[in-house]
Amino acid sequence: MSINDFLAILPVLVVLVTGVLVMVADVFLPEGRKGIAALLSGLGLAAGLGAALAAVPSTGTAFAGMVVADGFSLFLDALFAAVGLVGIGLAYDYFKRMRLQRGEYYTLLLFSIGGMMLMGHANDLVMFFLALELLSIPLYILSGFFRARLASQEAALKYFLLGAFSSGFVLYGIAMVFGGTASINLEGIVAAVRDGSANLTFLLVGAALLVVGFAFKVSAVPFHAWTPDVYEGAPSPLTGFMSSATKAAGFAALIRLLLVVFPALGENLAPVVSGLAALTMIAGNLIALVQTNIKRLLAYSSIAHAGYLLIGLVAVNSSAAGDAVAAMLFYLVGYAIANLGAWSVVVAAEQAEGRGLELEDYSGLGRKYPWLGVAMLVFMLSFIGVPLTLGFWGKLYLFRVALESGLFGLAVIGIAASLVSAYYYLRVVVYMFFRDGEGVARRDVWLNLIAIGSAAAVVLMALVPGDLLQVAAQAVLRVP
Amino acid sequence: MTAETLFPLVPWVVLIPLAGILINLLAGRALGERGVGLVASLAALGSFAVSVLLAVGLAQQPEGQSLLLARWMSIGSLNVDWAFRVDTLSVTMMLVVSGVGTLIHIYSIGYMHDDTRHNGDPARFRRFFLYLNLFIAAMMVLVSADNYLMMFVGWEGVGLCSYLLIGFWFEKGEAGLGNARAAKKAFVVNRIGDLGFLIAMFTMFWAFGSLSFGEVLPRAAEAAPAVLLAITLFFLLAVTGKSAQLPLFTWLPDAMAGPTPVSALIHAATMVTAGVYLVARSLPIFAAAPAAQSAVLWVGALTALFAATIAVAQTDIKRVLAFSTISQLGFMVAAVGMGAVVAGMFHLITHAFFKALLFLGAGSVILGMERGHERHAQAHDGHHGGFDPQDMRFMGGLRSRMPVTFWVYLIGGLALAGVAPLSGFFSKDEILAAAEQVSPAVFVVLLIAALLTAFYVARQLALVFFGQGRSEAARAATESSPVITVPLGILAALAAVGGALNLPGSHLLGDWLHHTVEPLVEAGFNPLTAGIALVIALAGLGLGWLLYGRSPLTRAEEPDPLAVRLKGLFTWLRRKWYVDEIYNALFVTPYTRLSQMLAGPVDQGLIDGVVNGAGGMARLLGNLGRSLQNGYVRSYALIMLVGVALIFTFLLAR
Repeated sequence: MSINDFLAILPVLVVLVTGVLVMVADVFLPEGRKGIAALLSGLGLAAGLGAALAAVPSTGTAFAGMVVADGFSLFLDALFAAVGLVGIGLAYDYFKRMRLQRGEYYTLLLFSIGGMMLMGHANDLVMFFLALELLSIPLYILSGFFRARLASQEAALKYFLLGAFSSGFVLYGIAMVFGGTASINLEGIVAAVRDGSANLTFLLVGAALLVVGFAFKVSAVPFHAWTPDVYEGAPSPLTGFMSSATKAAGFAALIRLLLVVFPALGENLAPVVSGLAALTMIAGNLIALVQTNIKRLLAYSSIAHAGYLLIGLVAVNSSAAGDAVAAMLFYLVGYAIANLGAWSVVVAAEQAEGRGLELEDYSGLGRKYPWLGVAMLVFMLSFIGVPLTLGFWGKLYLFRVALESGLFGLAVIGIAASLVSAYYYLRVVVYMFFRDGEGVARRDVWLNLIAIGSAAAVVLMALVPGDLLQVAAQAVLRVP
Repeated sequence: MTAETLFPLVPWVVLIPLAGILINLLAGRALGERGVGLVASLAALGSFAVSVLLAVGLAQQPEGQSLLLARWMSIGSLNVDWAFRVDTLSVTMMLVVSGVGTLIHIYSIGYMHDDTRHNGDPARFRRFFLYLNLFIAAMMVLVSADNYLMMFVGWEGVGLCSYLLIGFWFEKGEAGLGNARAAKKAFVVNRIGDLGFLIAMFTMFWAFGSLSFGEVLPRAAEAAPAVLLAITLFFLLAVTGKSAQLPLFTWLPDAMAGPTPVSALIHAATMVTAGVYLVARSLPIFAAAPAAQSAVLWVGALTALFAATIAVAQTDIKRVLAFSTISQLGFMVAAVGMGAVVAGMFHLITHAFFKALLFLGAGSVILGMERGHERHAQAHDGHHGGFDPQDMRFMGGLRSRMPVTFWVYLIGGLALAGVAPLSGFFSKDEILAAAEQVSPAVFVVLLIAALLTAFYVARQLALVFFGQGRSEAARAATESSPVITVPLGILAALAAVGGALNLPGSHLLGDWLHHTVEPLVEAGFNPLTAGIALVIALAGLGLGWLLYGRSPLTRAEEPDPLAVRLKGLFTWLRRKWYVDEIYNALFVTPYTRLSQMLAGPVDQGLIDGVVNGAGGMARLLGNLGRSLQNGYVRSYALIMLVGVALIFTFLLAR
């Protein structure tokens, strides 16, 4: 081990060390001064973000081939750190207001972010598993953070049980791949496939199990069933963070596995992923139509967006692989911004005891709080994919990749599903602006900043999508 | 300061007005009326200052430069950037837009202070300046774009501002709907033209694989003649929409429903000249399609004549100016259609001066009439029903009541009529000289239009300023405040000496524009043509004076002297040749009927049935999906397991 090994995963280390520091500091923080923990965590994430942006992608591996630090992983490091920063902004006022301001929240959040970052860096199947657990276990705990609230406990337990179930698939998949190639290192697996020494049946079974395990994390249908219940029961700021970041982490693993490790299995896996994509887009959007609770609605919306992203995943084994990865990263960024913004509105509108979460409660909110209302309108339009928003460009690039790689059917399903989604997204806007009601929202500076800042980003970045895509296109994966 | 350091400033011509919007949006309430007006005017002035700096840079490096700001979209072979074009043509437009724009911003501080109070909603003062700044920003995007798509963004942006400002008092007008209807009409008619722009762009991308000026214009002649004809004719459609030419001119007279500064800035000096700029910018394409060129030429010439005939019979002070604008735009379009770009741009600039002056002068007259009306109503405690401060029949004798306004209006009017040595004389003469070289028929048409122009100028001057006041309001009218008269004075000076830009012999503007566009026709100074034009102008003025000035009307109810002589024809002119009625009968009414048919049986019956059926189906499926979501972890695990089983069945069955 040399200093270069540590430098390769510097952003991860910064975040994890901050997590430990916050945990220690929390012991000495008096009750009522826990905001300092939030501040410390924010500083740590900012440092992590800086480290990720300043780092230069390397072509080699580190820690004896366990991790890589390519453009792809650094791009994701920056994304996770940024999403984490916003996640802290969402949480700070909320927990103070709910009288649950505790330092553990931030510690666990940081550990989870560290796990997500590691997922992008993983170059070894064991690393993938380690990262998966590191990101998941804190989230299980955080989902039950409202210890006194039954729904929160239920969410934590469900998430834990089903998460353990899916981890089992991942582990079993790793075993199968090892059985087929006698290696758990990505380079070893690739080499074994290349020189023909691999048992392709074992490899295929292993790969399919890995896809299933990570499809659970991105909430692809039919591995999505936990999503609405957990999203509804977990504290809203956590859900906002989780739905943006966990999805990206799951896709990070899927992209690296399908693009780098299993290109030989593309012919077999592509129909499976296509099926997942189609099913996810259709089911996610259809079930969202009948939701009346904003958190469940956004949960199904998150499922639906996983469906669009899966189209890109089908294309990573086609000739348009580079475009597909760039389009997916672009889409993940656009979705994260709009999603965090939408959740900031949800957090602002939520009242004590979990009230204020039904669509009915949003009546008249937009006219009473025009900034929040307009911001929410922007997010909903971006989710639909209306031009002049980042969501439009995200979908345009994804669907174009689909057409380039001959996935005509998926593109048509995606467009039709987007059309359907307009109904439930615009319903939120209708409630906010065209219904009379007594809706109230919290006026908190951080929440307002997140809502307005995200809305501005969604609109302004849509003016220069070419530049953003360029950045995403430079985030290339290391291919052994 | 060198060109290299000056040219990169160009994005600021757009960003400064945007900053003005942001400040007024966030802090407008705290700033108050003065603050809002000041911020907006400074934003326009900042834009002007940057334009001047760009002109300084161009003086050193006249060939100009393209500056990339950011990548916009890159999809397949379509690459479009946010890129600015700094050259003599674009900077000339920037100077006109921001220069005249700044003066009109300052004037608006005074005008809108009164106007918002007359209309009973002072809170709209801030909104007006937000729109005005937005217009400057959009217009700057239009003229500084380096490709047709970005130009289209500005093109649509100014269209939006035009719509918003025409309907600024959207709840006013005939039956509480008049202004809103005028705004809608402008929007819809412009949309027809914009469709032409879009189709032209699609065709251009198909033929050239690019939309950027730098790539398309030098290769213009390479495309097939039919393709070029299609592009240019669709561009012509766009021009007729935005610049109010035949047959899409009908929206501009109605657009006078907007506040007067808007009429001056948007519907006279700047936005409506965008069509002229488009043709001038695309000259290489038009030059490669001679048929389209003559189409442009004739559209312009006929519009010039047609609108002038209508202008002679209008009674609303702003409507006369509106039709005069259409007519003068016709002159410009004819000029660029001939390829006499310098003459067209020259007239565009001088027209911006004198027509903005005339509109703002008319605004001053209207405010004076309103003040007179209020003073009289207060003194006599009486209420006058149906008072229209814009109707020239109720004016008269304002020369002594509003002397400053009279003198500047006189200068503007004589410049418009083309009396030497005011600016309009030189620019109109260049167009006539070019027409004489290209086509004698066009020359004659434009001469008649010039004669009518001088005639309606004389008629308007006589009706408004001479004779005696024909209403209590006119007899009690008072002069406007300096915030209004000072911009008028500056514009009057520009209208008087603007001809110096391109005096015969010096050709300042001509040499300046030569760096960017090579005119197809060199419009030199022809003493004979100039003489004819001057005689025609004086004849028109004299004729108008004979009819209206020698024995002025004494009562508002007296018939128009021209109506007595022309009889039925005058009604045709006053009703604008019934074009609106014809369009209504031909397009609007059948379209409304069709819409009603589609809205009723077809939509509510057939389509709603299908959609509701599909929606119901979707909800049914959604509910079915929701019922699977029963909350039990064991069923969730089972769903997952079924999924895994299906995947493996599929993989093994292959």
